[in-house]
Amino acid sequence: MAASSDLNKKNAVNVREMIADKKRKRNFSNITEKMIPAILIIIASISLLTTVGIIYTLLAESIEFYKRVPIWEFFTGTVLRPLSQNPEFGILPLVAGTVISSVIAMIVAGPIGLMSAIYLSEYASDKVRRTIKPLLEILAGIPTIVYGFFAFTFVTPIIREIFPAVGATNILSPGIVMGVMIIPMIASLSEDAMNAVPNSMREGALALGATKLETTFRVVIPAALSGIISSFVLGISRAIGETMIVTIASGSSKNFTFDITQSMQTMTAYIVEVAGGDAPAGSTIYYSLYAVALTLFVFTLIMNLLARYISRKFREEY
Amino acid sequence: MKYLDEIQLQKRMSSRIIKNNILKQLFLAATLFGLIVLAILFIRIFTEGAAWINWDFLTGRLSTAPERAGIMGAILGTSWLMLIVIPVTLIVGVGTAIYLELYAKKGRFQSFIATNISNLAGVPSIVYGLLGLTIFVRAMSLGNVVLAGGLTLSLLVLPIVIVSAQEAIRAVPQHLSEASYGMGATKWQTVKNIILPASLPGILTGSILALSRAIGETAPLTVLGIPALLIPFPEGLFDTFTALPMQIYYWTLDSSLVEEYAYLAAATIIVLLVLLFLLNSIAIYIRNKYQQRY
Repeated sequence: MAASSDLNKKNAVNVREMIADKKRKRNFSNITEKMIPAILIIIASISLLTTVGIIYTLLAESIEFYKRVPIWEFFTGTVLRPLSQNPEFGILPLVAGTVISSVIAMIVAGPIGLMSAIYLSEYASDKVRRTIKPLLEILAGIPTIVYGFFAFTFVTPIIREIFPAVGATNILSPGIVMGVMIIPMIASLSEDAMNAVPNSMREGALALGATKLETTFRVVIPAALSGIISSFVLGISRAIGETMIVTIASGSSKNFTFDITQSMQTMTAYIVEVAGGDAPAGSTIYYSLYAVALTLFVFTLIMNLLARYISRKFREEY
Repeated sequence: MKYLDEIQLQKRMSSRIIKNNILKQLFLAATLFGLIVLAILFIRIFTEGAAWINWDFLTGRLSTAPERAGIMGAILGTSWLMLIVIPVTLIVGVGTAIYLELYAKKGRFQSFIATNISNLAGVPSIVYGLLGLTIFVRAMSLGNVVLAGGLTLSLLVLPIVIVSAQEAIRAVPQHLSEASYGMGATKWQTVKNIILPASLPGILTGSILALSRAIGETAPLTVLGIPALLIPFPEGLFDTFTALPMQIYYWTLDSSLVEEYAYLAAATIIVLLVLLFLLNSIAIYIRNKYQQRY
């Protein structure tokens, strides 16, 4: 009897300890359970803070700029002379440079990207697609500085060989190279859109006697149009924001012109030039940096929102 | 009675087939165009730069004399940048992804953050440069040091890491976490012991790709005012530095003055491309080796 009550006592103590131990552990894990979501919210808010930071810095410094240069003058001015004795800040030369280089890029990337997408999605065998797609992805993964080097030391000399009137820095060559850079993006996004078109629709068209070409143009492309257009819009947005290629190969001439054989500055290249030139903080030229960046930011934001709107709104559901 | 004019039909059909075949070749040519440009680019860069790569070039200090110039400083600078970008993007990116996928209630706030992230992914890199210049370099008065550059690049590639981590987490099948809950595990225990290990290969693949994007970026660094002609090597987070893409940038710009600089730029590009190639190979290796299908 004595031995068994001893045993019971021992057991009782053990159980109590175990319960206490368990409680402690649960308390600790309860605290962790409650802390973790709070920590995660703080971490997740960093991406929100980034957005707030971007918008705040751009707006705050731009407002300072507009106090010195009227907003109307800035957006309608065709003369940009930030460094002269009586500086003038008109953004139109930069907008012209940006728009023209993007148009050239899209003339190259639009048709070629779309035709690649058609080939990969409609004509190529599985094996061919599996070889070509990763190769195109390499093209998309090359740093833009390398494309800039390529434009400046290879494409420009070739263009000048054929058309001697073209300047050593010009907007044509970076535009073309930017187009090459955007091809994989348009090809892969458009191909995704075309792949999402159900096979039964293709089979229906083919069964009616249509050729592959007719099927592609009358059935697949109309069905995938929202995705294709949004890939084009994203391509434009990419071209507008592209910096190094135009900075290296298009020089820094701020003339308001539409002559693609001459040097033109884009908004992005202006930012690089002014920021790299050690603009003293507080000077008008320093604030112009932010006004130009804000314009650039709004341009690309509109394009990105537009792309998303198109692909959502006009998506054909099957 | 004849319903079909066979000859007419034959004629029409064959012209449609010919059209189809011609355009097929055109589509193929368009696809090959990109690959041909890629080949030209590689051949061009390797023929110009390969001869300049040797041990002295890789380990030497910078010099204005082309035959004595080395890129050790730029290699070290890029390594320091990676040393910041990897932990920062991993912690913040994976944390945000866990929150969005597993903790946040499906609703306005969650979709607001998701929209915000996809918008951030579309912001031009140069704008991030201005953000870094304003906040890290000027407001926090860090100057154009390793830490400022690394943080700027981290913010830039963060959306990529978040989105790929989200996808990796979403790919972990429900029944794994349900089994864990069934065994009495708490939410965080499930996340830590089940979901994260299962999604790790996907997360790593995404962050390595983001890292390779970060070290090729030039535009934000130019805005931060990173110098190219820098003789001393960076030795800590608060040292000034230069990076491989900056070196390429300045040598390319000055190649109109000194012809050899173009070759040095090409040689540096080869080093950068080899680095990117290695990173991508690691990513593909991880994806193929550890990616489990459930």
